[in-house]
Amino acid sequence: MADKHKHVDEVSGVDTTGHEWDGIRELNNPMPRWWVYTFYATILWAVCYAIAYPSWPMLTEATKGVLGYSSRAEVTAELSAAKAAQASNLERIASRTVEDIMADPQLKQFAISAGASAFKVNCAQCHGSGGAGGKGFPNLNDDEWLWGGKPEEIYQTIAHGVRHQGDGETRVSEMPAFADMLASEELRATAAYVVSLTGIPSNPALVETGEQLFTDNCASCHGADAKGSREFGAPNLADAIWLKGEGEQAIIDQMRSPKHGVMPAWLQRIGDPVVKELAIFVHSLGGGE
Amino acid sequence: MLHKPAHKAGSVERLEAEPVNAARHRKPLYEKRRKIFPKRAEGRFRRFKWLVMLVTLGIYYMTPWIRWDRGEHAPDQAVLIDLSARRFYFFFIEIWPQEFFFVAGLLVMAGFGLFLVTSAIGRAWCGYACPQTVWVDLFLVIERFIEGDRNARMRLDAGPWTLHKIRKRVAKHAIWLVIGVATGGAWIFYFADAPTLLKSFAALQAPPAAYMTVAILTATTYVFGGLMREQVCTYMCPWPRIQAAMLDENSLVVTYNDWRGETRSRHAKKAAAAGEVVGDCVDCNACVAVCPMGIDIRDGQQLECITCALCIDACDGVMDKLGRERGLISYATLSDYAANMALATDGGATTIDPRRVRGANGAFVAGIRHFNWRTIFRPRVLVYFGVWVLVGLGLLYALVSRDRLELNVLHDRNPQYVVESDGSVRNGYMIKLLNMIPEQRRITLALEGMPSAHMRIAGRAQGDGRSFSVAVDPDKVTSLKVFVTVPKAKLAEAEEGISFRAEDPSSHERDVYRANFNQPETAK
Repeated sequence: MADKHKHVDEVSGVDTTGHEWDGIRELNNPMPRWWVYTFYATILWAVCYAIAYPSWPMLTEATKGVLGYSSRAEVTAELSAAKAAQASNLERIASRTVEDIMADPQLKQFAISAGASAFKVNCAQCHGSGGAGGKGFPNLNDDEWLWGGKPEEIYQTIAHGVRHQGDGETRVSEMPAFADMLASEELRATAAYVVSLTGIPSNPALVETGEQLFTDNCASCHGADAKGSREFGAPNLADAIWLKGEGEQAIIDQMRSPKHGVMPAWLQRIGDPVVKELAIFVHSLGGGE
Repeated sequence: MLHKPAHKAGSVERLEAEPVNAARHRKPLYEKRRKIFPKRAEGRFRRFKWLVMLVTLGIYYMTPWIRWDRGEHAPDQAVLIDLSARRFYFFFIEIWPQEFFFVAGLLVMAGFGLFLVTSAIGRAWCGYACPQTVWVDLFLVIERFIEGDRNARMRLDAGPWTLHKIRKRVAKHAIWLVIGVATGGAWIFYFADAPTLLKSFAALQAPPAAYMTVAILTATTYVFGGLMREQVCTYMCPWPRIQAAMLDENSLVVTYNDWRGETRSRHAKKAAAAGEVVGDCVDCNACVAVCPMGIDIRDGQQLECITCALCIDACDGVMDKLGRERGLISYATLSDYAANMALATDGGATTIDPRRVRGANGAFVAGIRHFNWRTIFRPRVLVYFGVWVLVGLGLLYALVSRDRLELNVLHDRNPQYVVESDGSVRNGYMIKLLNMIPEQRRITLALEGMPSAHMRIAGRAQGDGRSFSVAVDPDKVTSLKVFVTVPKAKLAEAEEGISFRAEDPSSHERDVYRANFNQPETAK
């Protein structure tokens, strides 16, 4: 193919590249110049970019780039900007009481939003992301409060925890284990009585003996009417909410060897403003008093 | 037909104009653009184009400055796309984000309108209304004003870079840039209050987006309208390709009627005297010289042709001078053209002989087909028109029947329900009241269904009830957290669900939202 660079296609009048496969020749239609220049420009761009920004992976870290850009620094700057924007609200929350914060609608809304995110970080592990709790973990949406549902009372509970060793102001209550004090039949009778308080039909014969047993053993903490006492953190037994499980067997289990939940004291861990935000958020869930 | 004296015919200016896409030389791939120096045209289409330019540019530049009083709670700009507040104001119409289908509908109408116009009267969009055409026209006016008409411009362009030339070129590009700035400047006023933005823009205090927009639109206007011109239509715009597919043999296109023009001759008198076949075309090239796309319409329909009809004006002027009928170049349909061609070529048996289309007195024979408006209203056009009208009526109905009060309800997902100490079950809802008029209102929010259910609005001291009066801000969404509680004994009712009803007691506008009420399975 001596003339391979000279060959001109007859039909189109265009040079061929000299490439030939089974008699088919490739027309020499180069790419448009603007396209080629654009391509060169992208290469140039890539080189400049690689110099200006972190790009080449080295043994321990990537090259720094002459502009000194880093995405971490950018995030840090954004975070500090966000913190600065919240500063005045946080200051006001720190300097006011829960009651005063509740009185300011704008500040209250801020506290609720801040509390909601703090709740997901610190509280959702036990109380659930929606605050609905579970067996042994109180539902924070309902209207039963072991230690009180006013914002200040909620604040106190969060700040110092429940049965948290090492905090002098922690909420403490303990139910005695009745396994040694009452016989199995007596436990069953008491449970039957407690269940009957909520309107669920139970064995009438057992209920009668149960009532006497309740008055003798339980009324001191749970009250004669079984409505509980916030002073001792004694739950209301005459309502529809059961922290340790529903039904006679759950009640018997709890009487025999009571389980006691523990909530950490949060004041030292997350600070006073966040505890205030959490208290206001929990109060806003719908059951606050 | 009267034949004018020879000296009249001789007064027709002959131009050395050549189309840039002439078929006889194949352009090498990297050939530089061949400059086009369109000559000034005069005539009815040119006048119509001035009018279209005046109207379209007038609408574009003036619209943001029209005021419209909407009261104190809404902007008083007649046309405003308020992106930050997510509102679109168009005179008495206010569009919320969820009503954006109105804009989509208008775009559908614009699309079908384009199909309709194209199938009826060809590429009228390209020739008259396209912004590229309008701004190129405007830029050409400036160029002509500063550098003179075609011949002067060609001389100037070919000449050396004298001070005179530099001065003219600087002046031209400066004015083009000013027009570019004004174009970009007008655009941003559609997105913010125009007088306020103008002040802050001049004080260098407008948002960066405004400056960016003006910069980009200045650049594109200057580059597309001033520098690239016809190349935008020929190489960049996809629309001619699509549009060409919408034309058929009954669409109007700018047509050189070679059945009366050929054989063209520069020396018609002499050629006729020698017994040669002579058509009406005197090959003066006026049609080529005025063409902003640089084509020769006598080569037939071409992709580059934007049907601006300036060649018709130019040719009509020449025909007037020669004392012949206008319309050697005219708007014609392909079917009319083909019929006339068949007549002139004796059904295709011979080459064109324009004597066949004329009677003894010089007038056209009876069989010649001229354009008839009735052919425009053919089924295809009527179908497009029907769809266009249907979409329009649908939008109009949606507009007059739309609600200005809306209710959106979101059931709490976590928790789904809460059991209260007395056994009753509570559900939480986020209720959004959309007050879509710029007036303060009192809306009655009421529960329907489940007679024993009652609701409470969180954070309000109104207590429990089934109906509340809520003050809503003008033109805003009011969010309410609502708790609905059903007593334990009535939980069976919860199966039927509840409805929230929002009503404006004064106008009786209302919206109802049917919601579920969730409860523990064991509570049934």
